This record gives sequence, structure tokens and C-alpha cells, in this order.
Amino acid sequence: MEKLPSHTKARHFGMVIDLDKCTGCASCMVACYSENNVSFRDEESIKLLSINWIQVYKITNGKPFPDTEVCYLPQPCMQCDGKDFGHPPCVSVCPAVATDFDTPTGIVSQIPVRCFGCRYCMAACPYHARKFNWWDPVWPADMERYLSPDVSPRMRGVIEKCTFCYHRFQRARQQAYYKGDAENIKEADYQTACTQACPSGAITFGDMDNPDHAVYTLKKSRYAFRLLERLGTQPSVYYLSTRKWVHRACDNYLEHEEPAAFAGKSA
Amino acid sequence: MSTQTDNTSNTPSNAPSPKKGATGWVILAFFVIGFGFSLLGGWVGFPNMLYKEVPHPIDFNHALHMDLVFDGCNSCHYFRADGSFSGAPTLNECRDCHQFVMGTDPNEEKFVEEYVLQDKEVPWNIFAKQPDNVYFSHAPHVKGAGMDCAACHGDIGTSESLRPYQENRITGYSRDIWGWEMSRLGEPKYAPRMKMMDCVNCHVEQTDSKGSCFQCHK
Repeated sequence: MEKLPSHTKARHFGMVIDLDKCTGCASCMVACYSENNVSFRDEESIKLLSINWIQVYKITNGKPFPDTEVCYLPQPCMQCDGKDFGHPPCVSVCPAVATDFDTPTGIVSQIPVRCFGCRYCMAACPYHARKFNWWDPVWPADMERYLSPDVSPRMRGVIEKCTFCYHRFQRARQQAYYKGDAENIKEADYQTACTQACPSGAITFGDMDNPDHAVYTLKKSRYAFRLLERLGTQPSVYYLSTRKWVHRACDNYLEHEEPAAFAGKSA
Repeated sequence: MSTQTDNTSNTPSNAPSPKKGATGWVILAFFVIGFGFSLLGGWVGFPNMLYKEVPHPIDFNHALHMDLVFDGCNSCHYFRADGSFSGAPTLNECRDCHQFVMGTDPNEEKFVEEYVLQDKEVPWNIFAKQPDNVYFSHAPHVKGAGMDCAACHGDIGTSESLRPYQENRITGYSRDIWGWEMSRLGEPKYAPRMKMMDCVNCHVEQTDSKGSCFQCHK
């Protein structure tokens, strides 16, 4: 964790995903693949070998027919703050400083060319957010010419993960500098690809420390929770759901325990 | 002989003879000559092995153009509205003036005939081209910190002829990145060196932090 440059204002970007709005269409995944030059293989049916920066999981309440409920859960990198705003689980174990906590934005950085592929971070991440390149990416036909120059493509033997489209932050900041007010980055200036692609508006993104941004209020909702929150990883991704079983499915609760949002109520 | 000195003690000592001291000097001489050749190979031979000279497509005269344009460097190397930087001009921009040969310079004639009339982009050599995983934006440096072009690019704007361009045979990067002095000591020959630590040193000086990884890498 590098100390903040003297001219930079600290921000804390985060995401709020409304699970009651998500239809599981996976537009976010498609947008992410094309935005971030994420490679794919000829055979993508074995999902354990897939590389994706955001993945839509399907969870059910496990009840038989009339009571069956399904929830789709889009899961990017949680961009954990970890202990003391700067010690996410993956950063603490990286022996190469290939991944680091980006203090100006609260985003966990990943520099693939610096990574030597030990995969400690993969083991340390409780969210399976990190993916390993077992093969060099192969782009079909002339697709290589459609790659984004803003995101460096990865090679065999390195880890990659969601960066909250950091290049879009760079783009927004570049424009702000050009306009003469470097710190004036509005909510709409920096949005991730998945946020913009979501047709049902389930994903909201912004600076969680800025009261003008929607995430500031949304994350304070009574129905907001985070994945495996009690591990103390301090994720920057919040989920919203009014369904109790969804809350229960996203953390480990004992029989008698109730999710915080439903404590003392019979929902 | 019992009067041997230390610098000859590594010579065979089974045949004591009056020539023994001389043998030591011969060995020392060979060592010095060999050492000299190694140094010469390292400092003179190696750079030539590592870098190859790449000719410029056109020998561009910056000084001549600077006299003719209105806005200095910005006339051809400008910021776009989104804050990105245009870098080397494209053929379309050059064509605004150079539709036909206007002067008598053979370089202009070559430019018009080989590129403008054939509608072909000029494959300029970019001295400061960084690797793909480096993020660099001109806006924070020029607009934010108010730096001059020459602060990083040297005085190329006043040159009448392009300086030599060398390319690393292994990586394909310009020699300007490492710097022309293999030792990286002393004043740089043409323009400031552009390895990561060169960026870092200036950032630490100016902002009190080298910045986080994502500030400059992608």
C-alpha cells in the first residue's frame, strides 16, 4: 500500500447490486469480456476453467415446487478493504507485490506482468474472484484487432481479476485534468462496463464516501449486506435483497442466528 | 627464491629461476589486456549488439515547422477534447498543408510522393514509446503540473534534423527508454531517460509518493 500522492484526493469506489432486480441475463459478463479483453476458450462448458471478472451465480432456496425461489447473484471482485483500509486477504499474501491496495480509489490493483503465477492470492480470496491463465489467450480470426488498447491483455501463467474498470477512472481523471479541475470527477464520468450494461439497473456504482453518489445511500439500506461479511474482509461490493433466505445463503449462519436485517422479525 | 612477492605467488614454484619475477609481470599484463577487452566488449560491443539503428522514414525538420506554425508544439501535437493526447500527427493532419510539394527539400518531396500521394501513413519512429502495460497520460503532466514538452522530450522542437533512433533487438523498445549511456550516469545525451525509476524519482520529488501500481500500470 503506497501512501497517497500529495495532490490526490482519496476516494472509495464501491458497488451496490440489487439482487431483487437481477434477472440473471449475464449482460454484465458479456460487457466485461469485451471491455477488459478477457480471453475465452473454444470449449467454455467447463466453467471451472473459465476466466471471467464478473460471474453470475444461481442460488435457490432449496424448497420443493410451490415454494421454490431462485436468485441470481452477479459477483465481481469484492475489492476488499481488509483490515485498516488497505490489507485485503490477497494483497497480504502476494510475494511479488503484483497485487496491491490502491489507496486513492480503494480498488485492489492487479498487474499481470508482475505476477509470476504462484496463485497464493487465489487461495487467499474467499470469493473465488481471481482467475488463473492456464493457457495463452487465443483470439479467433481477426478479433485481436478489436481488443481494447486501454487494458493490457494477459498471458499464460498469471492471475487476473476485476479492476472496477480502472482504465475508465483513468480516462475520467484525464479529462478532468484537461478541463482544469483534476478532482472534479462526477458520478457519470466513471462507471464500470457491467453497471452500464445491466438492462434492469440492478448494479449501481460510485464513490461510497461521496453523499452525491447513489451508492452512498444505497449501501446504508436496511437490506444491504456483503458476502461472507463476518470474515472481516470489508468488501466494497454490497448486495440488496428483501428476501431472508438470500441473506442466509450469502453468509454462514447458525440455526438460531438471524441475518441482521431480519433480526427480531418473523419474515 | 625466497624474495617472491605476493603478486607472483600464484605462479608455479617448482622451478626456482631468476625469470620468475618476469613471469608474474607477463601474467599481470595478460590479465590487464584481457580485462581491458572485456570492458571494451561490455561498454562498446554490447550496446551495438543489443541495439540496432533504425533509419527514420522522413528526416523531419522541427525548427523549420516551428517558424511556420502559430501555436508551437501544440499546432501538431495537441490535446483532444476528452483529454487524450494526439502524439505524432497523422497523414491527414500533414496533408492540410502538404497536398503538393511546396519547397525544394528532398525530404518533403519524398514525403509527398511516397506517403501523401499514395495515401499511406508514415511509420514514424516514436522515441518515447512505452510498453503496453504502462499507462501514461499527458494531461496530468502538461495541464496539471504545467510541465514543458522539453522537460521529458528534450529540445527536439528546435532541431533541424531528427536525432538517431535505436531499437532494442530483443524487446523492440527505443533506446531512449533506458537512455543512451549504458551506465545511466551523468546528463542524458538527448532527452531524460524513461525507465520506471526515472518516473518514480520525479514523482517522489514532486508529489511525495511514487503512487500506487494502478496509477501508471494496467
